[in-house]
Amino acid sequence: MLNYFLKRLAALVPTVFFVTLIIFGLQQLLPGDAALILAGEEQDPEVIAYLQKKMHLDEPLPVRYAYWIGGVLQGDLGESLRIQEPVLGLIKDKLPVTLQLAGMAMVIALLVGIPAGIVSAVGKDTAWDYVANMVALWGLSTPNFWLGILLILLFSVSLGWLPASGYVSPFEDLWGNLAAMIMPAFVLGNGIAAVLMRHTRSAMLQVLSADYVRTARAKGLGERTVVLKHGLRNAMTPIITLGALEFGTLLSGAVLTEQVFSIPGFGKLIVDAVFNRDYAVIQGVVLFTSSVYILLNLMADMAYFLVNPRLRG
Amino acid sequence: MAALISSAVISPVIEAREASPAQRAWRRLLRRRGAMLGLFFVVFFVLMAIFAPLIAPYDPIATSWSAVRKAPSWEYLFGTDEIGRDVLSRIIWGAQASLMAGLVSVSISMALGIPIGLLAAYLGGWTDSLISRFTDAMLAVPFLILAIALSAFLGPSLGNAMIAIGVSAMPVFIRLTRAQVMAVKVEDYIEAARAVGNPHWRIALRHILPNVLPPLIVQATLSIAAAIIAEASLSFLGLGQQPPAPSWGSMLNTAKNYMDNAPWMAVWPGLSIFLLVLSFNLLGDGLRDALDPRQK
Repeated sequence: MLNYFLKRLAALVPTVFFVTLIIFGLQQLLPGDAALILAGEEQDPEVIAYLQKKMHLDEPLPVRYAYWIGGVLQGDLGESLRIQEPVLGLIKDKLPVTLQLAGMAMVIALLVGIPAGIVSAVGKDTAWDYVANMVALWGLSTPNFWLGILLILLFSVSLGWLPASGYVSPFEDLWGNLAAMIMPAFVLGNGIAAVLMRHTRSAMLQVLSADYVRTARAKGLGERTVVLKHGLRNAMTPIITLGALEFGTLLSGAVLTEQVFSIPGFGKLIVDAVFNRDYAVIQGVVLFTSSVYILLNLMADMAYFLVNPRLRG
Repeated sequence: MAALISSAVISPVIEAREASPAQRAWRRLLRRRGAMLGLFFVVFFVLMAIFAPLIAPYDPIATSWSAVRKAPSWEYLFGTDEIGRDVLSRIIWGAQASLMAGLVSVSISMALGIPIGLLAAYLGGWTDSLISRFTDAMLAVPFLILAIALSAFLGPSLGNAMIAIGVSAMPVFIRLTRAQVMAVKVEDYIEAARAVGNPHWRIALRHILPNVLPPLIVQATLSIAAAIIAEASLSFLGLGQQPPAPSWGSMLNTAKNYMDNAPWMAVWPGLSIFLLVLSFNLLGDGLRDALDPRQK
């Protein structure tokens, strides 16, 4: 176990190195002198000189990378030029909001995607299968920002049931928070539910045709026990592993969902940074997201290793 | 009787022998209703984009202060927007941006990803390790977040959005090509091609590439759908097509500010994105079944 973990960890080192190279490389895409661009319209020579010194622009590229990565390794993701605050602090402030949104979206996706996948696999080639596949295709093809707008039109503008935008902390007003978050969470969970449904269907179809399921049926077990106890339990491993990898989709979706519903989270932080040309924040957010994704990937791998006896053997 | 049996058995065999793999795949595709529906709508949108100057009832950027936020009517079938532009004309012209973004971005991904994947698998060793780790790193950055970051640094425009989406989608093609080439390069016919003295470039381009194309075509179709959504997302955020040029994503961005009094502004661009993406997804699913029936 420890050996496997260490091997996986060692394999991550070059990946993380390349991630940092890509993110550092983003800044080199800026056309012309980065300090001139960041100095804004006034082009104050003092500001330009300050930025050049601060960003080590007079040093060769590898030295600049060394300065940047040295800071990152000490938890310094740079400073927002607009707000004059450390990027890591900004991320820490916004992260709980996005984590709540992502958590609620994942719960909705699991509640919709897994049962739909089971029904679709058990009733393969029936009307249920057809309907579940149609719903999955809808989920995969609907831009979530459009779905958000449609839901606002229905539940906020027409019916007046839910607030169209905004955010309230759950510690201040729990019901207000849930009312504000339920629509964005549904919008974000919609696409993930479609992916989970497809994974569940395919894993269940594979498991339900296995010999041990046939044996369970031959023993006279009820269909519900066969499907849920013998089928789903064995199909869950790939579903959970693949579900964990949907984290990237969740964060990408959060950027747009937070924009539609004006939720002050992680996604809105990157969008605001883009418009304020706050490049340090963009780099920090991308680096943080990738690091969490790599970590989740590792955890999914470890979970797969733990629950799969053939790998342990 | 014997003659009847033999003709019934032999004729499909002869037919199958005569048909090329591409023809057989096309026949399988024709039998899939979902894929045909997808193909129909893709052709519909392509024709709409090509003939936009002829079929759009109004100039898509012409404003009219006497027709601000008019509800759908016989004069303006899809209504007008906040500065009196005809929504239908903007939808028709907007198809150009969406389709171009889908096709150009995926062409960029394939033009970069396929040779790199081929190189990694064919050469193996250090080249493969290096390329694989780089691909892992690119895949670790969520697709849209990488596209947003690239667009932000390159500057907002449709061209830069297409480059950003193309580069962000590239690792999928590297990984898929690499996996396919790894499987094909150990086949006997590749060994035979090597044994008769074919140079490496000829083996790679003439013998390996054609045999790894079917899954790449399927992936390309599905990637076009993802690229169209990505372009709409970037335009929605203001990083894609710039005003006043029409784009479905930027139309939705404006529409969200007028939901109370002009809901039609949000319905039509979203529906267009949905239909076009759904069409490519249906076509991609159908192509997967037609080109590789084992994956059905």
